[in-house]
Amino acid sequence: MSYGRRHALHGVDADFLPGAVGLLGPNGAGKSTLLKALLGFVRPDSGRMQVLGMDVVDRPLEIRARLGYMPESEAHIPGVNAVTLVAYCGRLAGLPAADAMQRAHSVLQYVGLGEARYRAVDTYSTGMKQRIKLAQALVHDPDLLFLDEPTNGMDPRGREEMLDLVRDLSGRKGVNLILSSHVLPDVEATCERVVVLHQGRVVAQGPIAELKASSRRVFEIRVKGDVARFVAGLRAAGVECHDPAADLMRVLIGEDRGARDLFALAVQHGVQVRHLRPSEQTLEDVFARVVDEP
Amino acid sequence: MPIHYHGYARYAGTRRPPGQAWAVIAGAGLRNMLSARPFLFVLLFAWLQFFVRGVMFYLAANVPQADVIAPSPATFRDFFDQQGFFVFVVAVYAGTGLIANDRRANALQIYLSKPLTRVEYIAGKLAVVMVFLALVTWVPAVLLLVLQTMFTGSLSFVREHAFLIPAITLFGFLQVLLASITVLALSSLSTSARYVGMLFAGALIFSEAVFQTLRGVTGGTGLSWVSFSANLAQVGDVIFRIEPRYDTPWGVSLAAVAAIIAVSAWVLVHRVRGVEVVT
Repeated sequence: MSYGRRHALHGVDADFLPGAVGLLGPNGAGKSTLLKALLGFVRPDSGRMQVLGMDVVDRPLEIRARLGYMPESEAHIPGVNAVTLVAYCGRLAGLPAADAMQRAHSVLQYVGLGEARYRAVDTYSTGMKQRIKLAQALVHDPDLLFLDEPTNGMDPRGREEMLDLVRDLSGRKGVNLILSSHVLPDVEATCERVVVLHQGRVVAQGPIAELKASSRRVFEIRVKGDVARFVAGLRAAGVECHDPAADLMRVLIGEDRGARDLFALAVQHGVQVRHLRPSEQTLEDVFARVVDEP
Repeated sequence: MPIHYHGYARYAGTRRPPGQAWAVIAGAGLRNMLSARPFLFVLLFAWLQFFVRGVMFYLAANVPQADVIAPSPATFRDFFDQQGFFVFVVAVYAGTGLIANDRRANALQIYLSKPLTRVEYIAGKLAVVMVFLALVTWVPAVLLLVLQTMFTGSLSFVREHAFLIPAITLFGFLQVLLASITVLALSSLSTSARYVGMLFAGALIFSEAVFQTLRGVTGGTGLSWVSFSANLAQVGDVIFRIEPRYDTPWGVSLAAVAAIIAVSAWVLVHRVRGVEVVT
């Protein structure tokens, strides 16, 4: 997949199984491009993609009839109020006018815009615009939802509410979804599986629980002294070290090693250990490891 | 749970098969324009010539002294010529923002994520401009022909000039299509309706200015093909079976009109995308 001469995705081989799947990756990893390719907006240079068992190139309209897309960037139909916009989207997706209007009202209630549904969308705040994007993606009752950075620009409360909606949709309403995000806690809070993209390639995929299960032991550590020298020493000793610039860095060591080895390395490199606590491996640790982030 | 709260429920109703979304887009566009009062005034004003000519037809049919204003095929040709100003105004009013506003609001991603093709989207938008332009050109021209028949109480004028109905239809279609697709193509190039309006006006005025300058320099009208409006006028004269007004062969003018339509269609197909391609 390329934009002109720039390759956005290459050699991507991934399965998005039913349920909620997170599409993770740093900015520019190719997440949005992958979603747009699955929507048929961009054609792959080679290879095949299937959505809901249908080929993206051969049957794009049938796919889009069963799919809802919440784009990353601010997007709306200009000059209309929320209920008109959502009903219009329902009609574009093939719903009869009366059904589209009825569903527009109920979907707007569902996403928390019931009180503001007669207001012009141009006057909405960023958080409200995120919700209207979700409403237009839901109005025709898709079997599969593509959510591209759904919590972008939302305040903490709005973000929690959006994540609640995502959990409800996949957990109770039976809507399959792909949630693309670079915010790891959002994905961890809503998805059972992840596909991790980095520089246009799939670098990890599978159930989050399995990816987090590791033979390595994790510690949080804070030291006083020459941290850079200590980190270099840890790495030289085969210890994985994440967030070295943070107050508390996370280190992953082999199963056969423990706190005693970390103390020994600290002494060896002339730093004092001020905090050392065992921890669990998180999605952030997995992410940092697969994208080779220090 | 409050009674007004319905929550999210799965939909079990009917769905229209793909291929008809253009009508939804066209319907929404038409309703949107008709809800703008200033636009209704423009439409009303555009029918002024129709009413004036209707009175002239009545007088010519009922007052023997008014024989000099009796209609001829040239009358209908003149009608289209004089409606040219309203074609411009309506095209600017109704067409400039149709795609530009969608591009500004990133609406293309929403449209094209629904089960509709780019061609359907363009067809829906095109239908909006074409309907309004037909409303100020083809519809009043056909009604004038009906009025002429009613006022004279005979079909002799229509029989004598049997080519008029196809001529009105063909030229009306050409004029409407050329203006609609050009303004829509320009609309797809920008995110500002105002800028599109200036581009459209600029293209018309500039091409006409170039033609008039060349006319002054060469002393002839053999280079009328450089002007948008002159090309249409030349083809119109041939369709209405009157002497072409310029020296340019009408085939060249027709080719120029066809080229403008083809280029506009190409621009539309390449600009209407669900994703901005930056290379």
